[in-house]
Amino acid sequence: MRRSGSPFIGTGIVLAKEAADQLSGIRMVVIEALVFLIALVLAWFSTATIRESIGQSPFLFLRLLTMAPDPIPFSFIDTVGLVTPVIAIALGFDAINAEFNQRTLSRILAQPIYRDALLLGKFLARLLALAIALLSLWLLVLGVGFLRLGLPPSGEELVRMLGFLVATIAYGGVWLAVAFLFSILFRAPATAALAALGLWLVFSFFWSLVIKPLAATLIAGPPEDIFGPNLAYIQTSQALDRISPNTLYAEIALALLQPATRTLGPVFISQLRGALLGAPLPASQSFILVWPQLTGLIAAMILIFAAGYVVFQRQEIRA
Amino acid sequence: MADEVVIRAAGLTKRYAATLAVDHIDLEVHSSEIVGILGPNGSGKTTTILMLLGLTEPTEGRAEVAGFDPLREPLEVKRRVGYLPDSVGFYDGLSAHDNLAYTARLAGMSRREIDERFTEALARVGLSEVGRERVGTFSRGMRQRLGLAEILMKHPSIAILDEPTATLDPHSTQEFLGMIRALKNDGTAVLLSSHHLDQVQTVCDRVALFNQGRIALSGSVTDLARQVLGGGHVIDIEVRGVGVRDRLAGMSGVVRVQVMGPQLYRVDCERDLRPEIARLLAPSSELTGIRFAEPSLNEVYSRYFDEVRHAA
Repeated sequence: MRRSGSPFIGTGIVLAKEAADQLSGIRMVVIEALVFLIALVLAWFSTATIRESIGQSPFLFLRLLTMAPDPIPFSFIDTVGLVTPVIAIALGFDAINAEFNQRTLSRILAQPIYRDALLLGKFLARLLALAIALLSLWLLVLGVGFLRLGLPPSGEELVRMLGFLVATIAYGGVWLAVAFLFSILFRAPATAALAALGLWLVFSFFWSLVIKPLAATLIAGPPEDIFGPNLAYIQTSQALDRISPNTLYAEIALALLQPATRTLGPVFISQLRGALLGAPLPASQSFILVWPQLTGLIAAMILIFAAGYVVFQRQEIRA
Repeated sequence: MADEVVIRAAGLTKRYAATLAVDHIDLEVHSSEIVGILGPNGSGKTTTILMLLGLTEPTEGRAEVAGFDPLREPLEVKRRVGYLPDSVGFYDGLSAHDNLAYTARLAGMSRREIDERFTEALARVGLSEVGRERVGTFSRGMRQRLGLAEILMKHPSIAILDEPTATLDPHSTQEFLGMIRALKNDGTAVLLSSHHLDQVQTVCDRVALFNQGRIALSGSVTDLARQVLGGGHVIDIEVRGVGVRDRLAGMSGVVRVQVMGPQLYRVDCERDLRPEIARLLAPSSELTGIRFAEPSLNEVYSRYFDEVRHAA
């Protein structure tokens, strides 16, 4: 059955209203404060360490993002990898269930729009808020680095950092889509938030340590056999690892921000023939290296959003 | 619009797994008419409303609202229908203006139209003074009025109101009923779902009584009374005298006599017995009034569901 009218009528209006709500809300103030604190503290300590070794690396700004400065035990990318999902979940966990709880949904959907417009507008508005938060973080780090080091980033560093920013937005988009899906599935916002945070904890702490080794052993046998490392185990283990958006994001960060990274899988001796170990790859080659991971993150975001979309289309609107 | 059918449902059915929520209902609503839909909780009223709005798909049957099919042309239907859900919700952090401006933009109104219609609609519902205040500070009654203002802004040809007075105090209810009558005077057809039978009776031209997903009875309150309370006439008599009840009960054609007050009797008759009653009572009693009784929807409703229970 074909229905008349575009499903996207009203998307822009929903997006504008939701974006205004997000950007002017107290939640965004807290997020921006968090972003400001992270950027300032990490950039300050990192630049202090880097200033002592200027001239040792052509990629000072990339080091700013990858080094764990004394006395902080985390690097910038570690921190962003931890904070981005939390921000995304904070933005999305009550996106739809709050409409049910406030009893606004039937009133809104009684206007001449389809559900598609409401869902897409809400998701894009939150993705925009997330992108603004991450862009602020990125610009702050760049600005503090510039001021403290007295050097501008090179063109290649900027390209790599921009790629990292896009990957971070896509990574945040995956967790936003997860929070969105749970906000559709669960009427209680607290349940939705807990479910999303629980899933994030599973992927952050338990996946690589417990679930992946067990599953890989069951599928491909023990990690070592009589000839040494079991290649089937390594490959299965890596495939399972890449189910986690955290792994995909970590691999992108590694390849883009450490230009010497030449591969993201097992390396065979034959592949190293003629290679200059430690020599940086051109940015374009690093992008080719992370292309599957980047498209994987974007695809995961779209797939999870689509799952929420299907569930929402089938829900009964009585509130 | 001269007495045009604006809502037409034919064999409209909604099934949820094994539950038949709405069972082949036929319904017609004309322009400038207020039709009440009544029935116990779970009898299919809200599901019918949602199908008419295109917010849920019927399993069978078809509907036409303002000349459009809600299933295939829901946007056209929603452009012409104003809907006030049961306990309407607003964004508490936004002002009344911003709440209504948002839905008005979704309805396709320009900024100028929104400002003009907002002022006019708020004046009509008596909220002009609080248009810029946050809805979070509004009472339930004010929220219901704001919901009605949203409908007024849309200039709809049909208004669907789902239990709009359920949470209102008696004074607010009376005011709200006046606003519903004003909608009718503007030429808007109103479909009103309510549990408050006395209110339905005071504003509705016709009534449809839902039971287990079906429209069990429909028509004017008098029609319903005739169907449920019996085919005859109900006469109210004000009389002072002795043995009145027994004398009335002994008359041929009288089905039932009820004592409604110290000098007030209600007689269910098979035909119009007013002249005979007057002749019977006048010589020995002081007869001060004799007239047809307005049948009570409450009585019709109670009697109908009593009979349904006994039949079950």
